[in-house]
Amino acid sequence: MKALVWHGKEDIRYDTVSDPEIEDPRDAIIKVTSCAICGSDLHLFHNFIPAMLPGDIIGHEAMGEVVETGSGLNGSLKKGDRIVVPFTIWCGECDQCQRQNYSLCQRSNRKADMQAKAFGYPTGGLFGYTHLTGGYPGGQAEYLRIPFADRTQIKVPETDLTDEQLLFLSDILPTGWQAAVQCDIQPDDVVAIWGCGPVAQMAIRSAILLGAKKVVAIDCLPERLSMARAGGAITINFMEESVVERLDEESDGKGPDKCIDCVGMESHVTPSLPDTVMDRAKQMMMMENDRPHILREMIYVCRPGGVLSIPGVYGGLVDKIPFGVLMNKGLTVRTGQTHVNRWTPTLLRLIEDGTIDPSFVITHNVPLSEGPEMYKTFEKKQDSCIKVVLKP
Amino acid sequence: MTLVTDMTQSIAREPGDPEVVETGHSSLTGLDKAARALGWFSLGLGLAEVFAAGKIADTLGVEGKEGLIRTYGVRELGAGMMSLSLNKETGIGSRVAGDALDMATLLPVLMSSRKKGNVLIALAVVAGIAALDTYVFTALKKENARSEPPRDFSDRSGFPGGVQAARGAALKNFETPRDFQVTTREDQPPVPRLPAI
Repeated sequence: MKALVWHGKEDIRYDTVSDPEIEDPRDAIIKVTSCAICGSDLHLFHNFIPAMLPGDIIGHEAMGEVVETGSGLNGSLKKGDRIVVPFTIWCGECDQCQRQNYSLCQRSNRKADMQAKAFGYPTGGLFGYTHLTGGYPGGQAEYLRIPFADRTQIKVPETDLTDEQLLFLSDILPTGWQAAVQCDIQPDDVVAIWGCGPVAQMAIRSAILLGAKKVVAIDCLPERLSMARAGGAITINFMEESVVERLDEESDGKGPDKCIDCVGMESHVTPSLPDTVMDRAKQMMMMENDRPHILREMIYVCRPGGVLSIPGVYGGLVDKIPFGVLMNKGLTVRTGQTHVNRWTPTLLRLIEDGTIDPSFVITHNVPLSEGPEMYKTFEKKQDSCIKVVLKP
Repeated sequence: MTLVTDMTQSIAREPGDPEVVETGHSSLTGLDKAARALGWFSLGLGLAEVFAAGKIADTLGVEGKEGLIRTYGVRELGAGMMSLSLNKETGIGSRVAGDALDMATLLPVLMSSRKKGNVLIALAVVAGIAALDTYVFTALKKENARSEPPRDFSDRSGFPGGVQAARGAALKNFETPRDFQVTTREDQPPVPRLPAI
């Protein structure tokens, strides 16, 4: 089959690879009909996430049609079923799954020992990501093996909805949703969201759906800011105005009640923000993993007693976090990979009843064979690229 | 050490996983590869200038200038690291500036050196590399530019019924789960307020 394969820093190739096979009775194999490039795939592209191997198939946003099933699925899936694949693999039986903390599944990470050495305790397995999270082959491919397929799937009901409307149930829609839910949004809340990439666009819509009084989105790219405004946000272009002053203004001098970091480890580097230059220099010399400018800014601007929600991906060690400010302001920090299936019933209902149509975020829809070029286009933000869907 | 060894041994693909049969085209362009080659060249030259400054000074007939050569070596190492990083444009740009500095330093030496032939060869090599650096820098800037005007996505709300209708719409069928709640609920005892004096 054909697949997008990681070969090293900035080196994604459209390779021919062997087909996946059923390995466990709870496996299923799908023929991928649509998949997407995620912002966190760029962290792999930039080689900022450790424990990747040349030859790893990447991608964790995929959907398709079941073509083969293991013997242990107990009728939960059959050939021909149309499913969306959540990026977090979960067993449904362990203590964390019982608590609906699916991304923390205690059984799905097949490299749990390795991750435990680095993290203390392991988390769940992820598709198309580092070997720290299981090293499972990803979904930017023609076929995908799904472990624990009786649980790790979102079966699509008989519907006229297109792949483009459903695909983002795999990651960015529930990730944006969980980011907003983590804020426990109240009707009089001012919610500030850093970044206007795909997850942030979903977080903006989620905050609106959850009734926030005001949503403020921060970025520097005009096309992304225009999309954020369309979704109901007030926008701040951090290259043109002071984020701190504008947020103060928008929150009547109190600071935003809830802050969401949808940027993560690769915050924008610009000489007007000296800490970002210092972070980049240290990152280049392997003295720091991540560039945590957004964390610093959120801690500084958030209203005392407020909430910081962090769906943005961080990989390891960060420097110069004003923890004294965090502590003295009594901020609550909530973060984590997304418990995708926990939010599926709500989000699927919102799509089915026409409240939200997540396909608004797609700017490029191209064949899988153009994947290597689209990684470049997405990385460089060329052609106003915000979200790429690939068709195998 | 055991931890590192254990982790290294664990990083291996599982036997059943798909393997590459034939490799295809890559996201890595010719310019990316050229930038990397120049980056490695910078690192090599930088190391030579730092650790063999005496030999270089002798070859160029500029004994006593070892400190300056080592300083230029450190500059080369910095340019090399940047050229190999994601900020390759900055790295190659700093190489172009370094080439100009090298030539400005070598030209006066041509008059005073007792090994004018070697200095001439060095100048020719620097001029050739400067041309290559300039080409790669210019081409990289063009390849990575956001040249098109940004698109306007003002019509993409994602809410078929409009933003106003969507505001709070999820609350009809959704309540924040208890393990995600931060704020006291109406059906719970409120946080007591300090009575007015």
